[in-house]
Amino acid sequence: MDRDNPAVSAYTIGLRLGWYGLLAVPLLFLLVFYFYPLASILWVSLAPDGQPDLSSFGRLILSPYYRETLWFTLWQAVLSTALTIGLALPGAYVFTRYRFPGKRLLMALTALPFVLPTVVVAAAFSALVGSNGIINNALERLFSLETVPIQLERTLALILIVHVFYNYTLALRMITGYWANQNTRIEEAARVLGSHGWRLWWEIRLPALRPVLLAAALLVFIFTFTSFGVILILGGVRFATLEVEIYRQTVNYVNGLPMAAALSLVQIVIMGAALIVYTRLQRRVVVDLQSAESVARQPRTRGEKAFVTATLVVIVVMLFTPLLALVIRSFTGTEGFTTEYYTALGQNSRNSVLFVPPSTAIRNSLLFALVTTALSVFLGFIAAYLLTRRARWLDPIFMLPLATSAVTLGFGLFIALDSPPLNLRRSPLLVVIAHTLVALPFVVRSVVPALRSVPAPLREAAATLGAPPWKVWLWVDLPLISRGLVVGATFAFTVSMGEFGASTFVARPDTPTIPIVIFRLLGQPGAVNYGQGIALSVLLMAVCAVSFVLIERIRTAGVGEF
Amino acid sequence: MTKPFPLLLLIVLCLAPVPLRAQEDTLTVVTYDSFAISEEVQDAFEEQSGVILEILRLADVGVMVNQAILSKDNPLGDVLYGIDNTFLSRALNEDLFVPYGAEGLADIPEEFQLDPEFRVTPVTYGDVCLNYDVNYFEENDLPLPESLEALTMPDYEGLLVVQNPATSSPGLAFLLTTIAVFGEEGDYTYLDYWRDLIANDVLIVEGWTEAYYTHFSAPGRDSGDRPLVVSYASSPPVEIYFADPAPETAPTGAIVADNTCFRQIESAGILQGTDNLEAAQQFMDFLLSVTFQEDLPLQMYVFPVNPAAELPDLFVEYAAVPEVAVTLPYEDIEANRERWIQEWTETILR
Repeated sequence: MDRDNPAVSAYTIGLRLGWYGLLAVPLLFLLVFYFYPLASILWVSLAPDGQPDLSSFGRLILSPYYRETLWFTLWQAVLSTALTIGLALPGAYVFTRYRFPGKRLLMALTALPFVLPTVVVAAAFSALVGSNGIINNALERLFSLETVPIQLERTLALILIVHVFYNYTLALRMITGYWANQNTRIEEAARVLGSHGWRLWWEIRLPALRPVLLAAALLVFIFTFTSFGVILILGGVRFATLEVEIYRQTVNYVNGLPMAAALSLVQIVIMGAALIVYTRLQRRVVVDLQSAESVARQPRTRGEKAFVTATLVVIVVMLFTPLLALVIRSFTGTEGFTTEYYTALGQNSRNSVLFVPPSTAIRNSLLFALVTTALSVFLGFIAAYLLTRRARWLDPIFMLPLATSAVTLGFGLFIALDSPPLNLRRSPLLVVIAHTLVALPFVVRSVVPALRSVPAPLREAAATLGAPPWKVWLWVDLPLISRGLVVGATFAFTVSMGEFGASTFVARPDTPTIPIVIFRLLGQPGAVNYGQGIALSVLLMAVCAVSFVLIERIRTAGVGEF
Repeated sequence: MTKPFPLLLLIVLCLAPVPLRAQEDTLTVVTYDSFAISEEVQDAFEEQSGVILEILRLADVGVMVNQAILSKDNPLGDVLYGIDNTFLSRALNEDLFVPYGAEGLADIPEEFQLDPEFRVTPVTYGDVCLNYDVNYFEENDLPLPESLEALTMPDYEGLLVVQNPATSSPGLAFLLTTIAVFGEEGDYTYLDYWRDLIANDVLIVEGWTEAYYTHFSAPGRDSGDRPLVVSYASSPPVEIYFADPAPETAPTGAIVADNTCFRQIESAGILQGTDNLEAAQQFMDFLLSVTFQEDLPLQMYVFPVNPAAELPDLFVEYAAVPEVAVTLPYEDIEANRERWIQEWTETILR
């Protein structure tokens, strides 16, 4: 209309620039808070005297020990991923297709394992399936056995079980979040045409789920590939991943930093390769998304009921018995039931400056988690748009922080952001940044599959009717991806609540979070300290459970408007 | 739904510049995460010196020393507290400290004075010793193992849990004990000893928490079935302090037989580049004062180096101090740590 009017075109150009500026924000964030610190620590480690010294790579390649470590790291990650996805798929099916009492609560609670410190989880598993644990003792008494029937301690099996325990919720939520938005018309058509049983799964359902299956598998793979606490504590001396080795090198040895840097680089390169494979596999799949009513219904036939029950029993046993063991333990003193551990949490019996009231720890944790969630959803949303509409090739870059060793990243942040204008070394903001770097990939992975599947004609129609890009985004894309966004937000929140990686390697003035206080309590002798550590872990679960239910509420309220 | 997010980001960005530079009258002590003193003691120092004490916590000693080295040119604070003798050499080699002869240093026993150049000042000591479950040994009428060799005897098969020296400070201390006692050369080296320990079914776990709470069999735990654990000589009194309810007799004890414990000496030093040298020196003096030294046992479960400091009753009654604890020169520890851990790991894995 007014194309020749300079004022109007200046305005359009301004809008455009603003739009591009906004798109650049997540990239800038990564540049400043990921690539720059990473480059700094690698440079300092590999070129301590200003001259790059790559001899540690030689040592790394020639040593059979590191080759074995690498092989084990890969192998256990592949196994863990396959197991997790395999177990989560039936769970996701049940959650998508059936209605049952307590469904929402159950979904909310599946994320609880994700926030628990490994030390606590290890204690719970030990109390359950350890050689002197509840199950073994019961079996021994029941069958008058001489030897311990279930010997899981320090086995690969236990590592895999705990990896599934931690990551199940990831796969379950991502798959369910995607599946629930899928149109069932194709499936119905296939049924009418005679597709049943495995053919229905193989030819219709799995291909339709492919984007989200790959995304979930990628996240679980990265998570288990960089597994640290689980391997250290449950695997014992015999098992080590690259991440464990990086930690040992950094902490123990004078000359450890170059080797740690070399190992970190190897880890990043392998992850980069996995990400490229992922991007290749992630072909554009047209999946008809709808934000319509859920297709879930009551299980009808006896077979359906049995299937739903069996799946739910597996979930409950796998995820909740260890958690329940912790809850019971937190109320059990040497003389039976007690609430003493909870009371003791609030008392500064030694008048110590180390004392942190639980309310303070909870407040700090929630504050960090909320800011992290807001920041990573904001950045992740823009990033997801960027990745689906403009620059797909950037995709792996957004995943890299998750694939980077927490020790390396923490040390990098520590040395890179130490002078003005960005002197954040003692700022609590550094904790938020460390958390956001880890949380951002979750948001991106949760949103991208949904965003890719938003039907193009819808957007084109909106654009034809004169909607500028941001309006299309707000009115067309956002409603359709709200489920994915909430899944991502939940993960960001969860990651922050439980994070005990990179942020522990930045200096902390006075903002102890719940995991840090748990760790301190479990580092001192005395039954009351131990009891308090477990009690605080239970509080951590409770705070998270309430938050998950609230997040779920927000989503339902939001979807109702669209 | 999108609206709150940019807003929150704004808030975040506004928060950013708040806690950047410490004030002039603030003394920043860089230390590990579990650093603890009584509120009264902190107040006493602040009143006496007129400076505010800021405690900056890093993850653990190893991480702390490495981060102090990495930030040498732009130090995190004024004083570094808590370097033990297993990490001391690294810190001294990197020239991190301003030498200072603290007031009262002359009264500190010779054995704690590690650095003749006064770059660091000794503050605490503690011994890494075997702890035992009193009940188990009474019920089974078993004598306590009074030497490292005893641990390889059939009587003690499957009773001991230790920590991995590659990831745990007491684990490393126990490995160093075996190295100091059995040596690296001769008919029976420390590695031979470890082979015998493994043959006697020693359990090796990642860290102190797991060993002490998951596998040690003392009361108040869930599933532990090992009555011997590597911990500290100070653990038994602390165990009583935090028992539930207060027991009549001690549930655990420390074995302090000759040449079974490793002595850790913790030091502090003034960081190069401090802009608050006077306050830092005052703090170093304060660390050796009776006020601070007497606060140590119940706050950080270590012993005061100042002989004038009195131990709390609990420690007098329940804490044992070994007469002959093992030490190794800190230079040797630093020079050989990597090789020792590597050799140990290979022996264990084989």
